[in-house]
Amino acid sequence: MSKLHVSTTINGEPQEFLCDADQSLLDILRGPLGLTGSKEGCGTGDCGACTVTLNGRIVCSCLMLAAEAEGQQIGTIEGMAGEELHPLQTKFLEMAALQCGICTPGVLMAAKALLERNPDPTEHEVRFWLAGNLCRCTGYDKIIRAVMETAADMRGAAR
Amino acid sequence: MSTETANDNKWIGKNTIRPDGADKVTGRAAYAADTTMPGMIWGKILRSPHPHARIRSIDTRKAEAYPGVKAVVTAKDIVNFPLDKSVMLGIQDMRWMCRNVMAREKALFAGHPVAAVAATTEKIAAEACKLIEVDYEVLPFVIDVEEAMKPDAPILHDFIQFDGKPSNIAGKLEHKLGDIEAGFAKADVVIERTFRTKPVHQGYIEPHACLVSVSDGKATIWSSSQGQFMVRAMCAYLTGTPQNDIRAIPAEIGGGFGGKTIVYLEPVALLLAKKSGRPVKMIMTRGEVFHASGPTSGSFSKVKIGATKDGKVVAAQGTYCLQAGALPGSPIRGAAGCSFAPYDIPNVLSVGYDVVSNRSKVAAYRAPGAPIGAYAVECVMDELAEALKIDPLQFRLKNAAKQGTKAAHGPVYPRIGFVETIESALKHPHYKTPVPKPKNGLLHGRGVASGFWFNAGGESSAQVNIAEDGTVVVITGHPDIGGSRASTANITAEILGIDYKKVSVLIGDTSVIGFSNLTGGSRVTYASAMVVTQSTEQVITQLRERAAKIWKIDPDAVVWENGEARPAGDNAGKFEPLTLAQIAAQASATGGPIGAGKQLNTVGAEGGFATHVCDVEVDPGLGIVRVLRYTSFQDVGRAIHPGYVEGQMQGGVAQGIGWALSEEYIYDKSGKLDNPSFLDYRMPVSSDLPMLDSVIIEVPNPKHPQGVRGVGEVPLVPPMAAVANAIYNALGRRLYSLPMSPPKVLAAMDQAAE
Repeated sequence: MSKLHVSTTINGEPQEFLCDADQSLLDILRGPLGLTGSKEGCGTGDCGACTVTLNGRIVCSCLMLAAEAEGQQIGTIEGMAGEELHPLQTKFLEMAALQCGICTPGVLMAAKALLERNPDPTEHEVRFWLAGNLCRCTGYDKIIRAVMETAADMRGAAR
Repeated sequence: MSTETANDNKWIGKNTIRPDGADKVTGRAAYAADTTMPGMIWGKILRSPHPHARIRSIDTRKAEAYPGVKAVVTAKDIVNFPLDKSVMLGIQDMRWMCRNVMAREKALFAGHPVAAVAATTEKIAAEACKLIEVDYEVLPFVIDVEEAMKPDAPILHDFIQFDGKPSNIAGKLEHKLGDIEAGFAKADVVIERTFRTKPVHQGYIEPHACLVSVSDGKATIWSSSQGQFMVRAMCAYLTGTPQNDIRAIPAEIGGGFGGKTIVYLEPVALLLAKKSGRPVKMIMTRGEVFHASGPTSGSFSKVKIGATKDGKVVAAQGTYCLQAGALPGSPIRGAAGCSFAPYDIPNVLSVGYDVVSNRSKVAAYRAPGAPIGAYAVECVMDELAEALKIDPLQFRLKNAAKQGTKAAHGPVYPRIGFVETIESALKHPHYKTPVPKPKNGLLHGRGVASGFWFNAGGESSAQVNIAEDGTVVVITGHPDIGGSRASTANITAEILGIDYKKVSVLIGDTSVIGFSNLTGGSRVTYASAMVVTQSTEQVITQLRERAAKIWKIDPDAVVWENGEARPAGDNAGKFEPLTLAQIAAQASATGGPIGAGKQLNTVGAEGGFATHVCDVEVDPGLGIVRVLRYTSFQDVGRAIHPGYVEGQMQGGVAQGIGWALSEEYIYDKSGKLDNPSFLDYRMPVSSDLPMLDSVIIEVPNPKHPQGVRGVGEVPLVPPMAAVANAIYNALGRRLYSLPMSPPKVLAAMDQAAE
């Protein structure tokens, strides 16, 4: 079967690629596009290490067909920092909210999407929003604290 | 979240930004699966569908002829280590490793590799695997450890004998102290209980992966492991390649917890690359990780402890039967050695049995064996405290090991900090807060438990180089799995008296840095601090010599203070101090490059102790247990980077809560793992847990330049018993097997009602 041609937008830049009909978006990101910041921890949508945004909503890119990216806006961890790190990235470093770092891109993508919707989340809300992102190193404590502190900082900055 | 001792250091004890941090929050860090090479092809493994089967023959011809296939390997391509002669590499026996990476005489578990294919795409490699014809003679199997020890159990290995008969008991270890019978005779209260645990997986989020290129007989390996030197040595043994012809490059590692202290894919990929002449990449699926990489042992334990009326433990006996999986190597040393180690007990008999069964071979998991032993002992200690009407922490305090205590596993303890962990827990607000009364039908309870881990020293190498602008590059040889580069930067900057941001820390590959043992045993910060300290001290000696040369005075008349060479003694004040940058700029003129390396077999890694306090809420209608509050108290010797020390404590607790409540390997009737996914193998997610408070206690290790004790593994030792004791406190009913999942809690409630 011939490959499908897909035109999409990734991190604000127009992007074209060829894919098989059954290829996941994660495979295309990590393979031909060289965007290896999104990780594959399970391939079944259970760990969240491959979390990207699809038109601003978080999805597991291992569960999304690459062809479904046609005409859509995709955001990956590579697009999170501008010239400076995003406040969440800075806070994760300051608060030691990562250890091995393999889950970190997915956690950051999910956390950023949370703060865009809810600038003042409770601990309970952060814990349930991030429940789709497995971390085996940290016990989540510092991750939750870093997200809440970032939210507080960003609210302060927005005032 | 508190440190109990003050410190006046500039960087040691500070939460600096880790050197590899920016790469890890931006997605730039390259993990095992993130590297590619021109001309790269893909390797896939064919695995046995049977838990136990003799391999009569393997026909690979159809697979080899399949378009796109470039190479096929089977056990006959792997170096065979005969069964009658042990060849050890660290704690691993190459007889077992060669049979673990590829089934030889028999397939020993469902998922055991039997062949591997390299092809131009992953899809072709997978299709070609299906064309390999394996003629199996299916054999009866046994998975459970108690079943495997029965006299009529199917025998996995004819060469294993126990008491003169073929057996699945591959080994026994015994620690004895005093006279156990006489000890129990003195006891007023004796409690004996039986405990069972299921195999649990390390659960690292990064599956095993590697990329191997071979050119002119020389191999380059990119893989994530807990030791690039282990990868080099094992690949050398298993493929017959000299070690100098293998360059093992450590990728960033996405979690290991002990599970990446052995190889699975690398030697297979090396052979595929050699045969095909192409670089070969292999990545395990999550299912393969669960089926075929090491979980820790399931277990069956009996523990009996006796105490006098006044609360003194006088005798303790433990028997720990641990499931090794397909090939010997259960962590019986951890179970038998650590379980009674927190206590001063005059009479001890602690015995471990290593039992093979048709499950994937056990791999190390954070304090291997110790959590299994502590689960049993700490639950019995709880029952004893209750029987004696003593507070469970006071009971532990009364029997706590201290400096001078002789442990059953051998040592007489030097200064240790176990007592401090209990005292700290006793006065902490968590322990002083009353346990909530039942509310809305939910029951509450509190449990405590303690734990011990040996910690380890071993071989480490470091190189400290001063760049021409006076910045510093440090290379060590152990993969950084949880922030160890940050500790190295703190120590180097502290000793040199410079900003930590001027210190870069890199992990060298096997060709650029001297031999360094595994990232394991809680040894990395301990051991690398020793070699980094000595290297940096040598650099300071050189810096003083260079300044002396510039000033034309004796090097002994130069001191190094606050990042500068200063004239001292009679010369004090005669010259302007020279900074690191100023000396570095003149390095060529004063004697050449400035730098030093140190290689040591480090000793003196004294044991680590912890005490945990856990509050749970139990829904008696649904059997669901939630941990509401958790505080761990641990003697870490000295916290070089407190943030990552707390992280180790919190991470271990989270894994322990998973082991206690929800994680287990479940096998179907055909002997296949029934839950090989993160959906069905239930690790804690963020909504399952509360904040995990961690209290760092610093009783410096007198044998270490900074006072460090290992911290990574002790945190997984107490949690299972702490949770179990809390559930008892809530329900008034004890559970004696893990995980304490809703069906088991409900069964215990039903029994209570009868």
